Amino acid sequence: MAFFYFLAGYLLIRRLIKRYKMTAIYPKWRSILGTASWVIIVAYFSLAFTLEDAATDILGAVILLALLLYVDRERDFQGQKNYIKANFPLVAMGFVNGLATMVAPKFYDRYEQWFQGITLATFVWIFGKWANSNKQEEELRIAAERKAELEGLVNERTAELIKQKENLQEIVEELKATQDQLIQSEKMASLGELTAGIAHEIQNPLNFVNNFSEVSMELIEEMAEELEKGDTEEAISIANDIKQNLEKIRHHGKRADGIVKGMLQHSRASSTTKEPADINKLADEYLRLSYHGLRAKDKSFNANLETHFGENLPMVNMVPQDVGRVLLNLFNNAFYAVQQRQKIEGPDFKPTVTVSTTIKGKCLEIKVRDNGTGIPDDIKEKIMQPFFTTKPTGEGTGLGLSLSYDIVVKGHQGKIDIDSKEGEFTEFTISLPL
Amino acid sequence: MKVLVVDDEEDVQPLFLQRFRKEIKNQEFDFTFAHSGEEALYYLHNAASEVVLILSDINMPGMSGLELLTHIRHDFNAPPPPVVMMITAYGDEENHRQAMENGANDFLTKPLDFNLLKEKLKTFNE
Repeated sequence: MAFFYFLAGYLLIRRLIKRYKMTAIYPKWRSILGTASWVIIVAYFSLAFTLEDAATDILGAVILLALLLYVDRERDFQGQKNYIKANFPLVAMGFVNGLATMVAPKFYDRYEQWFQGITLATFVWIFGKWANSNKQEEELRIAAERKAELEGLVNERTAELIKQKENLQEIVEELKATQDQLIQSEKMASLGELTAGIAHEIQNPLNFVNNFSEVSMELIEEMAEELEKGDTEEAISIANDIKQNLEKIRHHGKRADGIVKGMLQHSRASSTTKEPADINKLADEYLRLSYHGLRAKDKSFNANLETHFGENLPMVNMVPQDVGRVLLNLFNNAFYAVQQRQKIEGPDFKPTVTVSTTIKGKCLEIKVRDNGTGIPDDIKEKIMQPFFTTKPTGEGTGLGLSLSYDIVVKGHQGKIDIDSKEGEFTEFTISLPL
Repeated sequence: MKVLVVDDEEDVQPLFLQRFRKEIKNQEFDFTFAHSGEEALYYLHNAASEVVLILSDINMPGMSGLELLTHIRHDFNAPPPPVVMMITAYGDEENHRQAMENGANDFLTKPLDFNLLKEKLKTFNE
């Protein structure tokens, strides 16, 4: 019976060789395992033909047990635990057989077939386990492969997603930069439209400055003449005229100064500093700029400008150049609308743009009304959207109202309301909290 | 000679009065001022026959100088027709052409050269 213990040991070693042949740890074990398999064979033949059966049984069981314990403890062969466990019944039978032969030879002889049968069964048990564990191992291997594959896929997808996210972030940053540029170019575009209006608005006060200073020089000469003649009364009257002229020069100088300052403020990058401002002055200034801007482009254009400015309005905290831009935009739109209607209806149509300011509740209300083409109902919802424009390509950026909305609603916590009837009028109402 | 000056800028009045100080004193010219086309027409309704010469700005809110010119040629052209001089800050061809087509006698650009204007007025005065 001893043959089986050695055969089990031999098969264990062959199994290890076969199992680990393709792994990184094999070179380390190659010669040890090779030698061990030969040692087992040699040990069997030398022991089996020299010793008693009982001794061979026990020795075989001890050798197998030692081998099992060694392999069990060795970290490199951790996957073999189940197979090792399957060998223990055989080891036990080895000791049972050996001891029974020595202690109760008669009993053993009588039931020898039983002993041999059970030993054989424990041996076969190992192979059952072996096949089973092979199958399990195969399943584990497949599962591990699938897992590795899936992990690979997940990593790949993660990398792709990260890359996409980075791309999107870059695009968002580019878009932000583009938006800033667009806002700036919208400002510059509306300034460009105004250039002629500004030139006109500056030219007028400058003409007065030049004229009044020239005439004052003449008056001074006249005054000197009068003094020589001894007509002090006339000289004093001339002096009064000169004083009035100097006041006019100062007034018109300041007017031009204000226009240049307004222009600079308009083109400057957004400031968020709120300061008390006179809405009537602001509205009047931009109404004129807008009107003359359009007139410069279309010489035949004429419109009634009506202003209903509330009296004694308080100064309201606002970013003046921003609110100025909103007003300018509304005026430009209003003039454009009346101009379009005039083109359709001819000289009998009287274009009128009205601006009024009042206090309503806790708000300052500014209304800009025109009797132009009006806004069709189907686009009323869209007019505040960025890039929406009804003007021909290249004439409007489509950002005017969208920026106005941002300035009034986000910048000043106010609101913009629209009332319009197609072919009759449009009225924008801006409410700014006091 | 009665001259009607039409301009929406109010300071045009003291400017003209001072520039033509001597002429007014010598009673060569008598200036009247209107601040819009409408105002000018209203004035002409009452005193058209007195006005010999009209100086009008083109760019005014409401009725433009060119519309005023058309009205004058249409409604107040009884002989002798008034002399009409148009003034504009936009001294472009289009304005000039329209002014002349609508019956203007002369076309001047801002800033006004008052010495030139004086000479022109004097030639009409003779």
